[in-house]
Formats: sequence, structure tokens, C-alpha cells
Amino acid sequence: MEPLDGNAIGGLLIDVFGAEMTGVVGTCGYCGDTGPVAGLVVYRQAPGTVARCRVCGNIVMVFVKVRGTTCVDLMGMASLGQPGAA
Amino acid sequence: MAGTAVRGRLTWQVATVAGLTRETPSVCTIELEPPDWAGHRAGQHLDVRLTAEDGYRAERSYSIASAPGERLSITVERLDDGEVSPYLTDELQVGDELELRGPIGGYFVWEPGDGSPLMLLAGGSGVVPLRCILRERVRTGSDVPARLLYSARTLPDVIYRGELGQHHDGVEVSYTLTRDHPPGWTGHTGRINADLLADTAWPAAANPVAYVCGPTSFVETAAAALVGLGYPPERVKTERFGATGGP
Repeated sequence: MEPLDGNAIGGLLIDVFGAEMTGVVGTCGYCGDTGPVAGLVVYRQAPGTVARCRVCGNIVMVFVKVRGTTCVDLMGMASLGQPGAA
Repeated sequence: MAGTAVRGRLTWQVATVAGLTRETPSVCTIELEPPDWAGHRAGQHLDVRLTAEDGYRAERSYSIASAPGERLSITVERLDDGEVSPYLTDELQVGDELELRGPIGGYFVWEPGDGSPLMLLAGGSGVVPLRCILRERVRTGSDVPARLLYSARTLPDVIYRGELGQHHDGVEVSYTLTRDHPPGWTGHTGRINADLLADTAWPAAANPVAYVCGPTSFVETAAAALVGLGYPPERVKTERFGATGGP
């Protein structure tokens, strides 16, 4: 399945962060590329959602919903800006 | 509790289908009446959720086709192997209910106060949010010059063709047909590339802002070509959809 981009998880990110996040700038923890969340490569197949860096391809965000709770892994993100600051 | 959505949270709501318009054999515009809609910005999308009888749920994002202030609508292209789009384009009836949430998105958004020339690049149904931007431009009386370059497989695949032909006053619409073109076609042919954009895009010196929406390969090619023409990367806003549908 062809991946989407970070725009497609705007709703999921509002669920998790409580704010619009697609315009927020993040830094990849692997290659240091910086850019808006909207530019990430996003795979939405079950069982979870995976976002990869568009430059180096490493995983920067993982979201998995387990029994109504969304588990979030942002270990691949070196930084993520403040919502509303974009 | 009904009507007490927490601010900053998105709440699923049940909208009523108020109208259906067949745009092409595989594309349908769906007018929606949600009970609670605070308004949206041009370029945003909404999430649609279908729930099967066994509880299985499928969720997709669709770009909003209507300008802010107009009746809310989305335009959906049927993907033959899709879980959601065939139902929306072929089975949905006026009066049906549809679960949605939105508006969503703050990156791929155009504000009418932005005075920069608009360079809009659409691949297939990627034209939907760009149509919203053009309608918003008209609705707000903006006089920023705008160009839309729309890549479609064939002329009958062009969505909103009649409407796009009616834009005047600073809007230039051109097409490139990638698969087949009618006899005597004077527009562009073939896939979008750097040469075509060098001929059709605003020069970077005009300080344009670009919105590129379509399949991933289209967006990658178009965005790279614009940057190659001197557009700063942050002035090239991109939205990609894969084979799973919008936005």
C-alpha cells in the first residue's frame, strides 16, 4: 500500500496532543532533518500508525491503539515544536 | 454529553448527506450537514469513519471541497479496491448519515490575507483542496494572481471541469493529460516535469506560494521541480495521498 504523508494523521495527532500538529516542525533523531510533521511518510495499516523520516526512512513516530488507549512512541524524534508556533 | 466537546479535541459526529453530485464516472461530491461545524480553512480535510455490522471500523481522510461559509462538501474518488470510497461514491444516498470529524489540518492551508501569487499543482483528485482554495479566493474577493496546473489521465477524468473553465480575473487554469487526449488538443500532454513547470509556474522572483496535492510520485516530482526553479522549500506546501484515498 502506498504511504500517505503527515497531513493524513492530523486528526490522530489532535487526539494525542490536543492541538493541530501538521504544521509543527520536528527534527529526525537519526539524520537530523527538520521539517513539518505534514512531510513525514505515513503508513496507516492496522495494527498501528507509523511515521518515517522522508530523508533517511527511519521510524520517528508510532501510534498503536490498545483497548481504547493510544500508545505513543516518539523515540525517533530528536525534537518536536510547540503546537501553534508553526 | 452532547454539545460539550472539549475545546482542542475532535469529536465524531453524525452528519446528514444533503446532496450528491456525480463529477466523473468514478468521482462524486457529497454535501454534508453536520450538527456542529465551526467552519474550516481552505485546504483542510475531515475524517470519515464507517462502521460495519460486526463493529469493524475503517477511517479515511478527505479534503474539503467547499469554501468556508458554503455548505460543507467533500469530493471522493472511487478506488476499486478501497474499503471506504466505493461505498461513498456508489451506495450513499441523500438523507443517509455519515460519521465524520473535523476540520483537520494547519499546514496545507491557504489564508485569504496572503498576498503571494498562488501556484497550484493538482494530480488527479488532488485538485479537491485546490478547488477549495480557488473558491475561497473568489468568495473573499482576493485579487492574488493564481495559476492551476492540473494533471489528469484523460479529459473526461478532469474533476470540476466546467467550474474551472469559468474562473477569470487573475486565475489561469491549464491541463496536462497523461494517458490520452482528444483530437486537436492544444493543452499539455504527458506527466508533469521540470520543463513543463519552467514554462507554466510563476517565476520564483514573484515570491509565489505553491500548493501541490496528488499521488506521492506526482507530488515528489512537482515539488522537487519547483525547488529546482528557485522556490524555497518552505514555500512549497505538499499533500500526498496513496492508493488508500484522500486527502
